Order: sequence, then structure tokens, then C-alpha cells
Amino acid sequence: MDFTYDDEQDALRDAVRGLLGKAYSDFEQRRQTCKADPGFSEQVWSQMAEMGLLGLPFSEEDGGVGAGPVEIAIVCQEIGRVIAPEPYLHAVVLAGGLVQACGTPEQRQDVLGALASGERLLGFAHDEPGSRWAPTASAVTAAQDGADPDGGGWTLTGTKEPVVQGARADQLVVSAALPDGGTGLFLVDAGATERTGYPTYDGGRAAQVTFDGTAATPLGEPGRDLAGSIATVQDIARIMAANIAVGAMETALRTTCGYLTSRKQFGVTLNTFQALTFRAADMYVSLELATSVVSWATMVLQTGDPARVRDAAARAGLQASRAGRHVGQEAIQLHGGIGMTAEYSVGSYTAVLTALDHLLGDGDHHLADLAATVAGHGAIDPLAVG
Amino acid sequence: MQLALSPEDQAFREEMRTFFTTVVPEEIRTKVLEGRELSKEEIAGSMKLLDDHDLAVPHWPEEWGGRGWNDLQRHLYLEEMQAAGCPVPLAFNASMIGPVLAQFASQEMKERFLPRTKSCEIWWSQGFSEPDAGSDLASLRTSAVKDGDDWVVNGQKTWTTLGQHGDWIFTLVRTDPEVKKQAGISMLLIDMTSPGLTVRPIELIDGGHEVNEVWFEDVRVPGENLVGEPGQGWTMAKFLLGNERVGVAPVGATKAALARAKRLAPERLEEPLVAARVAELENELLALELTALRVVAHSADGEPHPASSVLKLKGTELQQAVTELLVDLAGPASLASGTDEGALPDWVHRTVPTYLNYRKASIYGGSNEVQRQIIARTILGL
Repeated sequence: MDFTYDDEQDALRDAVRGLLGKAYSDFEQRRQTCKADPGFSEQVWSQMAEMGLLGLPFSEEDGGVGAGPVEIAIVCQEIGRVIAPEPYLHAVVLAGGLVQACGTPEQRQDVLGALASGERLLGFAHDEPGSRWAPTASAVTAAQDGADPDGGGWTLTGTKEPVVQGARADQLVVSAALPDGGTGLFLVDAGATERTGYPTYDGGRAAQVTFDGTAATPLGEPGRDLAGSIATVQDIARIMAANIAVGAMETALRTTCGYLTSRKQFGVTLNTFQALTFRAADMYVSLELATSVVSWATMVLQTGDPARVRDAAARAGLQASRAGRHVGQEAIQLHGGIGMTAEYSVGSYTAVLTALDHLLGDGDHHLADLAATVAGHGAIDPLAVG
Repeated sequence: MQLALSPEDQAFREEMRTFFTTVVPEEIRTKVLEGRELSKEEIAGSMKLLDDHDLAVPHWPEEWGGRGWNDLQRHLYLEEMQAAGCPVPLAFNASMIGPVLAQFASQEMKERFLPRTKSCEIWWSQGFSEPDAGSDLASLRTSAVKDGDDWVVNGQKTWTTLGQHGDWIFTLVRTDPEVKKQAGISMLLIDMTSPGLTVRPIELIDGGHEVNEVWFEDVRVPGENLVGEPGQGWTMAKFLLGNERVGVAPVGATKAALARAKRLAPERLEEPLVAARVAELENELLALELTALRVVAHSADGEPHPASSVLKLKGTELQQAVTELLVDLAGPASLASGTDEGALPDWVHRTVPTYLNYRKASIYGGSNEVQRQIIARTILGL
């Protein structure tokens, strides 16, 4: 039982903090970056590639670094601290994670190598009108034209939305209903689709992506139901999203406390008023509890057991959702009017926390999963092994 | 970062689990898990049993019976003890006056009191709070005036938990009314059979007799019963209240209570709202337990971890929430508090008294508002 980083992990954290902290040390830099398409800094993305961050989770033979969940979590927390708009979670953890989990050796080398070097941006086209975080697809369907012995001839038809960074992405990993049932994954040249991009409230970009008999390459073995793999990669991404949320909450709380000790009203600083400091104390409680569960879930990820990861992802997701709403809402309220402005940072942190909350399942979604199994166990033992 | 316990810690945990579930009598453990009241003999006998196995005061200095465990081991010991329903060693002895005497008392006083404190041969009561000194403890007024070699004590203490069982009481008394209020306080040990000392029960909202008023009318106390030096009392009180970072939150006991609730009313878990409420409580308890582990695994020696206040605050809230859940699970049957018999399930009778009784948890040991103040000031710099 050890919640601390080793020396190499400390060094990684310092390096990422150096890069992202420098890029977005002034909130105005982030704001301007988000204003212009593609909503993130291509330069920062390249620097992240140079530092090896974009290939962090992938094996060395696939062009990656072969790091573990703790390292990915460190990157995510640092992203959260400055709410860096780079699409790390979507491109690396989700889309890259699916290629790693399901791709053939050739696909992994080609796609992950290009992702890790920063030359190709991946997107994950999964959400559909009416969908709610399931690991399956129905609005986009896959068809195979004739009986191609090489497994080729696949096309996709239908609409995905919202696809994060769908308009900027070079290549999409697309989930689609298979002709014989189940959900498959496909690699699609993003340029071959019809894309309508738009800005999102968290400073990012999303798109409607339409497929109309668009050529697609099955990821891995053609025709195989990959819903289980999608679910596991979603769980990994849930834990990483929660790590981003922890970083964002830390900054939101620190910023709020800084404001309470500097802003004067009635001739005194706001921290004179206990009604405000007690609420800040409650924010701290929420943050500490969420941090504990998220760190634990990250360690559960190290075990590699999908069933345990699923449980841990739901628990981390629930705690981060509840804490994110609490901290985000109070951060604005304790600031007062300034917290409502786009120019000041704290409202954007609340926006990012809201986006993270709804990306892969909100608190109620996770709670429903946990409630369904609540009768099946006695007390929970977080230290249980095996 | 590493999830699993080390093999040594895992073995330690197993050893504790085996001890608490096999050596401590099941009858008394069931009583604890069901939230029933224990007699003086049961509490004292249980502490004596632990002491016979050197498990009553592992956190004391080794010279006086401690075990030299690290914080994680102490945490595991307490968790396993609570999970098994073993009565926790009397806090007044084990967590309060024992460590204070070991730290501040003369060698003679340590030898006189510590062995019998450890075995619960002396039942200690706590004489801190007064009618006008609750959270603002330094305002206490009970006075001790020197008369020859003796101190003569006058005043009133209140909220003295289980004072009806007490043999001795450790008190904070004002020995110097002229100096700054904290500086005039001393700690005095008083034999509760002393003439002029009266214990009066306070009936609580659960109908039970748990706390008392203790009155002092010209009670003569030998000068040798003053701990350390006059004026050191406030330092000792802060040491007593502030040196805890292990066992601040009753995680194991609350987990056991929640698991029991699920066992008692399995049919209610089929209702989605009940299942969701239980699942959310379980998640918050998990967060609390993991936070407690973070605190014990990484406390700098001797320094209380700042997050201890989080543990007290959230730990008591969850403890109360589980007692509230049990009332709701009992439903209309929860009204039947005045009997242990009849057509209703046994467990329903204690639900509301327990719920009402545990409103105390967010008040004692530094109320949760005091904890918020500590978090705001010392952690957040507000």
C-alpha cells in the first residue's frame, strides 16, 4: 500500500508540469488558444509528442514508451491543473487505447507510431444521437461488399455526434453495428467523411461526422464483436478523466482560496467571513475524498483485471462526478460575479469539469451500475488482493 | 504507487483478524455489532483481555506497554477490531490520559497509574467540558486553589461520558486566574470517591444514561496529583486532542454497520432508491477508508496529517448516515423502541435510539464546525 510516486514518476510530473504549466501559465493563453481553431495548440501537441507523452501507454515495438497507468494518470492530472485543451484523453487514451487493444500488429505499428510522433491525430467516433455511454453502436452500421477473401470491402453508413476533435482528426476509430450482430471498430480516413465541426463550451471542438458508404478498415479481426474491449477502454478512460478532474479541482480550489484572501469587501478580505471559509473547507473535503478514490482506481488499473477495473472506474467516476460538481459550482459562487466571466479562469474549470462528467458516464450512470450489484457483496475491502 | 499490502502487512492483518474473531468472545462482539449497550464489566473485561495479549495500548511508548507499530499497522489493528465487533479499548484510558501521562507525568506518577490504566483496573473519566466551556474549552472556570500541599477544587464539569463507572477523573482546572486564560490551566487527577465530588446523570434524547455532570465542592486533592507543572494543562489538552491521526474516523465500525444493514433488510435492496442510497454510502465509505490509508501511510512522524480533520468530519457524517439508513429500513417498526420482544424483528427496536445517540458524533472531539475551521485555517490558509 503506497500512494507515493517513485523518482522517475516525480521527474515525469515535473517535466509535464514544466511543459503545460509554461504553455498555459497565464489563463489568457489558454483562452486565446481555445478561441482559434482547432481549439488546442499544435505546437504544444508537438512538444508533447517530443516528450514521449503521446506514446506513453503503447509498447515500444508499436512506437510507444510502454509506461503504466500511473504515468498516464500523472499526465492527465497535469492537463487538468491548467485545463490544457489538447485532446490527450480522446486521441491517446481512447482512440489509441482501442487500437492498442484491438488492432493487428501491423495496424498498431502504423497507427500508434503516427499518433505517438504527433504526425497523425486520432479521433474516437462513438457517441450517437440517443446513446448514453454504452460500449455499443447502432446508428452507424457496417457492411461488407461481397465476399472479399482479404477481409476488405467494408463500408460504414450513418452519423456520429458529438465526435471530439472530429473535424481536425486525421484518422477516426469508429464503432459500428456489425451485419451479424455485435459492435465492431473501424479505421476510417477522416477526410473521406462529411464533417461539420463546432466549438464546445469547455473550449474544445466537436463535430458531426456522417458516413455514407464510406470505406473503412476493420480494426483487428474483421466481423468480431469488440463491445467488451470498448467497455474496458472506456473504463480506463473514465479513470483517466477522473485524474484530469482531480487536477482541475485542485486548481479551482487553490484559485478560490487565493481570491478569498485577496478580494476585499466591507473593508476586509473575504476570508473574514466564516460562511465562505466553511464552504471552501467542504470543497477541500470533496477534493480529498475524490483524490483518494481516483488514486486507488489508478492502482487497480495496474492489476489489469477487467472486472476490478470496471468496478473501480464506476467508483472513481461517481466520486469525481459528485466532487466535480460541488467544487465547480462553489468555485464560481465563492468568487461572485467575476467567476461568471470568460476572462477569469474559474468558470472555465467548472465548464471542463462538466464536460468530463458527461464524457463517459455521469455520477448517476455509475451509481446505477453500482446499485445493481450492491446486494452481491458485504463490506468493500479496497485492499483485497486477487 | 502500489495497491496491495506488503506480505508483512498482509500477514499482520491476518493475525489481527484471527485474534479478534477467535479470542474475543462472540457474544460480546454480536452485542457491539447490534449496537446494544455494554456493561462496565464487559467493556473493562474486554480491555483486560486485549491487555493480556499486549493489544490494549499498542500506540503507547514501548516502555509502558506499546508495540512500536507504524501508523499503517495501528490502522489495520483498529479496522480489524471494529470489523469484528470487538469493543474498542476505553478511549479515556487508552487514547487520552495514558498518552498524556506517558508524555508529561513524573516517573513516579507514570508507575503509579500507567499499568492500571492499560489494564482498565482504573476506569478513567474525562473532566474537560463545562456548562460555559464547550468548543471554547479555554474558558473553563473550575478552580483549584492551593491550600498547604493540597489543591482545593470547586466547580462543575459536564458531558462526562460513562462517569457513573469512573474510578478517577482527569480534569482541566484553573490554577491561576491572573494570567492569559490558556496559561492558567493545569491538569489534575482526582479520585472520584473523594468527599465533595458528586456525579449526576444527564438523561439523553435516546433515553439512555451515557453522560453526567460532575460537581466539585471543596474537593481536596493531594498536590502530587497535578500532572507536570502548573499551567501546562492547555498544552496537555492540545496534545490529547490533537495527536491523533490513526483511528480518527470509525471506518471499520461504519462499514460493519452498513454491511449489517444490508443483511437485515435484503428485500429492501430490490428497491432502486434504497439500492442507490446504499451504493452511494458504500462509495463514500470507500473514499473515507482510502483517505485514512493515505494519512496513515504517509504521515511524517509525530506530525498529525492535516487531512485528519477530513476524517473526523466525513467519518462522523457517514457514521450518522448509516444510523439514519437503519431507521428508514425499519420504517414504521422503528417506533417500537421501548421493548425487545414482540412480533417485530429484533433489530428494529434499537434503530432510533442509535440514530438519536449518534447525533453526538459530529459534536464531540471538536465539533465538525471546529474541523471546518481547522481545514480553512491550517490547510487552506483562510
